[in-house]
Amino acid sequence: MNNEQQYIDIFEQHRELIEKPCATLLNEERRKAYSRFKEQGFPALNDEEYRHSDVSKQFAADYGMNLGRVENLTAPYESFTCDVPNLKAHQEFIINDSYLKGIDHKTALPQGVMVGSLNEIAKSNPQLIEPYYNSLAQDGDSIAQFNTTFVQDGIVIYVPKGVIVEDTIQFVTIQSTNIDIMSNRRILVILEERASLNMLVCDHTLSNHKTLSTQITEVFVGDGASMNLYDLEETSESNTRIAQLFVRQQGNSRFNHSNITLTNGFTYNRTQLSMQGEGAESDISGLVINDKHQHTDNRTLVEHKVPRCNSNELYKYILDEESVGVFAGKMLIQPDAQHTNSQQTNRNLCLTKCARMYAQPQLEIYADDVKCSHGSTVGQLDENALFYMQQRGIPIDEARHLLMFAFAGEVIDKIAIEGIRNRLHMLVEKRFRGELSRCNGCSLCHEREQKKTN
Amino acid sequence: MKKRNNNIFRKIADKAYEYGFVSNIKTDIIESGLNEDTIRLISQKKNEPEWLLEFRLQAYKYWLTQKMPQWAHLDIPPIDYQAISYYADPLKKNKKQSNEIDPELMKTFEKLGIPLEERLALSGTAVDAVMDSVSVKTTFKEELKEKGIIFCSMSEAIQEYPDLVRKYLGTVVNYRDNFFAALNSAVFSDGSFVYIPKGVRCPMELSTYFRINAANTGQFERTLIVADDNSYVSYLEGCTAPMRDENQLHAAIVEIIVCDNAEVKYSTVQNWYPGDSEGRGGVYNFVTKRGDCRGINSKLSWTQVETGSAITWKYPGCILRGDNSQGEFYSVALTNNYQQADTGTKMIHLGKNTRSTIISKGISAGKSQNSYRGLVRVSKNADNARNYSQCDSLLLGSKCGAHTFPYMDIHNDSAVIEHEATTSKISEDQLFYCNQRGIGTEEAIGLIVNGYAKEVLNKLPMEFAIEAQKLLSVSLEGSVG
Repeated sequence: MNNEQQYIDIFEQHRELIEKPCATLLNEERRKAYSRFKEQGFPALNDEEYRHSDVSKQFAADYGMNLGRVENLTAPYESFTCDVPNLKAHQEFIINDSYLKGIDHKTALPQGVMVGSLNEIAKSNPQLIEPYYNSLAQDGDSIAQFNTTFVQDGIVIYVPKGVIVEDTIQFVTIQSTNIDIMSNRRILVILEERASLNMLVCDHTLSNHKTLSTQITEVFVGDGASMNLYDLEETSESNTRIAQLFVRQQGNSRFNHSNITLTNGFTYNRTQLSMQGEGAESDISGLVINDKHQHTDNRTLVEHKVPRCNSNELYKYILDEESVGVFAGKMLIQPDAQHTNSQQTNRNLCLTKCARMYAQPQLEIYADDVKCSHGSTVGQLDENALFYMQQRGIPIDEARHLLMFAFAGEVIDKIAIEGIRNRLHMLVEKRFRGELSRCNGCSLCHEREQKKTN
Repeated sequence: MKKRNNNIFRKIADKAYEYGFVSNIKTDIIESGLNEDTIRLISQKKNEPEWLLEFRLQAYKYWLTQKMPQWAHLDIPPIDYQAISYYADPLKKNKKQSNEIDPELMKTFEKLGIPLEERLALSGTAVDAVMDSVSVKTTFKEELKEKGIIFCSMSEAIQEYPDLVRKYLGTVVNYRDNFFAALNSAVFSDGSFVYIPKGVRCPMELSTYFRINAANTGQFERTLIVADDNSYVSYLEGCTAPMRDENQLHAAIVEIIVCDNAEVKYSTVQNWYPGDSEGRGGVYNFVTKRGDCRGINSKLSWTQVETGSAITWKYPGCILRGDNSQGEFYSVALTNNYQQADTGTKMIHLGKNTRSTIISKGISAGKSQNSYRGLVRVSKNADNARNYSQCDSLLLGSKCGAHTFPYMDIHNDSAVIEHEATTSKISEDQLFYCNQRGIGTEEAIGLIVNGYAKEVLNKLPMEFAIEAQKLLSVSLEGSVG
């Protein structure tokens, strides 16, 4: 089925409308991406990267697109409060696909740090954005081309040389509509030499309508720079999320990333990390908790291009009911990348007979003096451990929760920021107890905080 | 030390492929090219029944609709299927005279270490010798017959046991399975047929030796092994080919059927001509091997030592259909110079309480690329399935590649699946330790590699284990540069 045709038609018909509000830079890349998308179409199921995720089908529905940039009237604080307790955060919002202006920030960012709308910074400061925008995603697959074709706005974070941003930048995306809608977002993060940044991306939906989002994140970590990027998805069952993260790491840089999927519908996350400077280190991890008919596909590609880099990868899945989990991780060690140290671990828990797990941990190695390993397991909770706890008077359900919580804990403990870590521990625990089939906008955290203060 | 290593490496690289000679045997080769007439001609030459010709033609029609698969981590130059001759018969000359075999043929197999006279043969091993498209001789046939075991060439089986062949042929590997399976089903020539009746434990090792001799031909053999209830057989397979500058195609199918409580051990030492040190020539080995553990408590064990072939594309698999059935896969794949290998296994768990073990050891040297690709699938009803996979890669030299592509598709919550892979090189420490104790570098590498591959080599029957060990050391000595 040609699901791409309707989008080709939309683009052809509304080209002017799409391009009009956007910066020249975005439109230049858009034209190139459009011709690539037109040529490739959506990935089919016989595409190795999409074997278990029928992405094309997700695009078949008739979604609305806010091409005319209609102002969104949602006031984020009224419907949504996403302060993480104990976290000093600088918040930014994207409602559907528009950057929300005029947020009253409680704290000021260090001098020189720039955070704002992609479209506006591309207009006012094109020389800053140009070397970076779409430079990694242009070689991406047809979904990346689709995003570049339709994207109109997003967010840019720029941290100059040597600047350390103490506050976490929290970037909240909310899909809030009364129609079926598609949002195409873009995040661009540029860290110059020795800069440092913590970033939390929260993906939410506040709508029971069908929603689809494509999100391309491009991250450039300069020499000696350091970044923690945490991505938390708490959307709804009617949401489709297709997110691609491209990272370029320079020498001696550090990049930590955790991708947590708590509630969702259909999710396809791709992480592509390229280590281009000696001494770079990366740690990427993921936690997926799925039930009902949820579908989560995480794909990673860690490319070691130069010698003496370390990478570590840990992905864990807990699959309940009829959910589907897919993990495909590849480590690609290029011929020059001697003395690479690269580890990949994938652990999966299947809790019911109908849950399905597809795992593909892959190694592609062209250098001989390397230490690379991967391990993958699929199994159940340890009967002996359950029995041990029952013997000591812990009811079976409680014992299960404890074990599952410990299983998930390994990923959560990788998060370096205490506030986020604690909140995740709480969310995961609630998720297991079934109290939280969907995160209600962190108001729970607020209530708890308020109770404490009262 | 580096320089010395390089010298040793060169010495080994220059070492000629031992089995690369050509025998001067008059061979009846049909014209190259592939069309329906070719298939009819092959079928006619082999005096086949109508149903088999139909089977071939069906497969051929399907093959025409298929494209060469591109997914493997291999760089396969385009193959001109019309330039290959699909049937070569070295026996032709003698057929009119008697049953005697051309002395040149006998000599060839003797040179390969496979004496066809029973008094000279290794006791305890029956051999089916296949050259090009025809089975030359099968030894110990009579002795085996006494026990009710059928061990003969496929052509003979088609003539003498057509019902058995018809019942099982193509039931494990359908002609629609893949591109090369379709090609083989259309043009297959000879191979071995084994039937072990109920309750019989085969008293000797059965083995087939495949030899490509004629130029511009491909070998498309087909082997069918049926182990009826409560039976046991150990089957060995060896292969070599002459050194030629052009590439030769070998596309075989092996089907194994294992019934209740039966056990089959299938061992391969694959030593097709790998091409020279510049990557010229060599055999393209595109093989489909699969066993169907139909019965309860059935067991199938694949052991393979892959040292030859320019390109290997091979995934011996087990369909674990019967409850409590077991599948095993032990593999050592060695690539040197410009060789490429994409090999592994498929374990399809369908029955309850099924178990599978995968041990794969890859060794890459020179400029070769060596990939493990494996699938473990646990279906919805396969309760309590258990799998353990271990894939280790050893890299000798900085220009080669070692890759691992495992797939795990799990549809059942009671499955326990483990996969582990590591990649490393022979450490300087290990070499230094050996050197210190007066063991030369060359010998030390041999020791370390043999130790590394031991887990798999131990699974081979005695005679094969010795040959495999020899092969490994020949191909590897001094490869650390």
